[in-house]
Amino acid sequence: MADIILGAVALGLLWGVFALGVHLTYRILDIADLTVEGTFTTGGAIAAVLVTSGVNAWLATLISIAGGLVGGFITGILHTKLKIPALLAGILTMTACYSINLRVMGKSNIPLPSMGSKSVDTVFTPVMNLLKNAVGEYDKSASNAWLLDLITSKNFAAMLVGIVFMIVVSMIMYWFFGTELGSAIRATGSNPKMVRAQGINTSIMIIICLMLSNGLVALSGALIGQYQTYSDISMGIGSIVIGLASLIIGEVIIGKKTFKRNLIALPVGAVIYRIIIALVMKAGMNANDLKLFTAITVAICLSLPLIKDFFVKITKGKKRAAVLKAQADNKEV
Amino acid sequence: MLEIKNIHKIFNPGTINEKHALNGVSLRLEEGDFATVIGGNGAGKSTMLNAVAGVWGIDSGKIEINGTDVTTLPEHKRAKFIGRVFQDPMMGTAASMNIEENLALAYRRGKPRTLAWGIREKERKMYRELLSALNLGLEHRLTAKVGLLSGGQRQALTLLMATLQQPKILLLDEHTAALDPKTAAKVLEISEKIIGEQHLTAMMVTHNMKDAIVHGNRLIMMNNGKIILDVSGEEKKNLTVEGLLHRFAEISGDELDNDRMLLSK
Repeated sequence: MADIILGAVALGLLWGVFALGVHLTYRILDIADLTVEGTFTTGGAIAAVLVTSGVNAWLATLISIAGGLVGGFITGILHTKLKIPALLAGILTMTACYSINLRVMGKSNIPLPSMGSKSVDTVFTPVMNLLKNAVGEYDKSASNAWLLDLITSKNFAAMLVGIVFMIVVSMIMYWFFGTELGSAIRATGSNPKMVRAQGINTSIMIIICLMLSNGLVALSGALIGQYQTYSDISMGIGSIVIGLASLIIGEVIIGKKTFKRNLIALPVGAVIYRIIIALVMKAGMNANDLKLFTAITVAICLSLPLIKDFFVKITKGKKRAAVLKAQADNKEV
Repeated sequence: MLEIKNIHKIFNPGTINEKHALNGVSLRLEEGDFATVIGGNGAGKSTMLNAVAGVWGIDSGKIEINGTDVTTLPEHKRAKFIGRVFQDPMMGTAASMNIEENLALAYRRGKPRTLAWGIREKERKMYRELLSALNLGLEHRLTAKVGLLSGGQRQALTLLMATLQQPKILLLDEHTAALDPKTAAKVLEISEKIIGEQHLTAMMVTHNMKDAIVHGNRLIMMNNGKIILDVSGEEKKNLTVEGLLHRFAEISGDELDNDRMLLSK
């Protein structure tokens, strides 16, 4: 059980990078960008091809970001220069990505086995080796063996890698959105007309933000591909919904008042989402029903404000009616 | 200095909704001119301001600011010369950002956005001083989200933003129309003060004829996409609302059909 939770935390942190990418477009630019479903796979594909051809896994992971940047750039051009609605522009790039990803991979699935004769080193391998060396040989029957098992497990290494990436990426984003350029991008999402009146080219701001977002998404794809030991052409399907679920769960629990809060909320939301999924799977839910479950969760979360308003209105109305009735009664007395 | 030479703008050309919104407008504002613009519904007042700001391209004619031909420059490039305040208080500021962030964006109008930090400490001091001059208590709320401010506060802030980098032209597009009379008077007073202090060249569209007469040194009346009256100096000082309505009927051969304008006379 501890390993299941640890695995969920590790995977959640890797998805947290994805959620941050979705946050940039969905919350900051106020655009639902579907490109991510394609660039997520692109990231996984590039990393898998490079890793299996012997490139250092960390370098391969960084290079995969470029795939996301290109995808975001294309959606940005389609949307701002060719005036295609953002949603459709994203769908177009996502669809095009499918062919590109197949070209990159050469087949629909590239395994990244961690054991056996064809085993490859992923970003997690050196961390795992480091931990194994640090712990050293230990008695498997000792009372603390379970803890040492956990520390030397792949999930623990993946969690550490996830924490490092999440912290580095969050700090870079925090810095970036405090700069002149970052402020201009935030303002573009809030009020493009005002931003143009301040002499800023809103098209370029949108393109930069889409590129950053998809760069993060590709990074997440590269990490998750290596974590699950394969990159697959269909790994991006439904990813936007997972990203949104993470984002919204985080906002509900941590809040969204400041950017700092958002940056904490995203990985927390992603981890909680993963733990929920791990638990319902453990409870026996069919894996095929997972996407339906996620979609319903997101639909409910997105309509929460409306549902809340509805109930607040009813209770407020009832209270007010009671007060008025009491006043009327008093007068009669 | 602003020079508009015979500009035309036709919306929805060739359709049933075709509208010749600007029909040969020519106007020259000298340095320090403060012109008020009045006219009926659809006369072309806001359209003329939008043409100067470059919201869309014009169909023919020429627009020069301080001798620079800006006719083909896109909106964001023209912004270097132009400060703008819109009718809708929501339009001039980014609601989800705080007061100092909005001011910092405006402070960099016409400059490239770099990776330098968005607000410097010495700017904050300047913003505080400028805000306290508005007398709205905003100097203590630098980190408050602009979305929390009232319409009047937002318009005053937008005005400050538009003039933070001294513009060659200040365009005020019915910027007090959405405010209650008391707040409108206050925002107008601030506008007058800033324009006077910085000796700005400004154009103010208004539906309030009294305001149009009292403020500025020139009065421009538009009808059907044309300027039909342009008075300045002593002649403007002696104008009355009744006189203006009479002049309008005389020139256009029609009654003034701006419902809001008639209500506010």
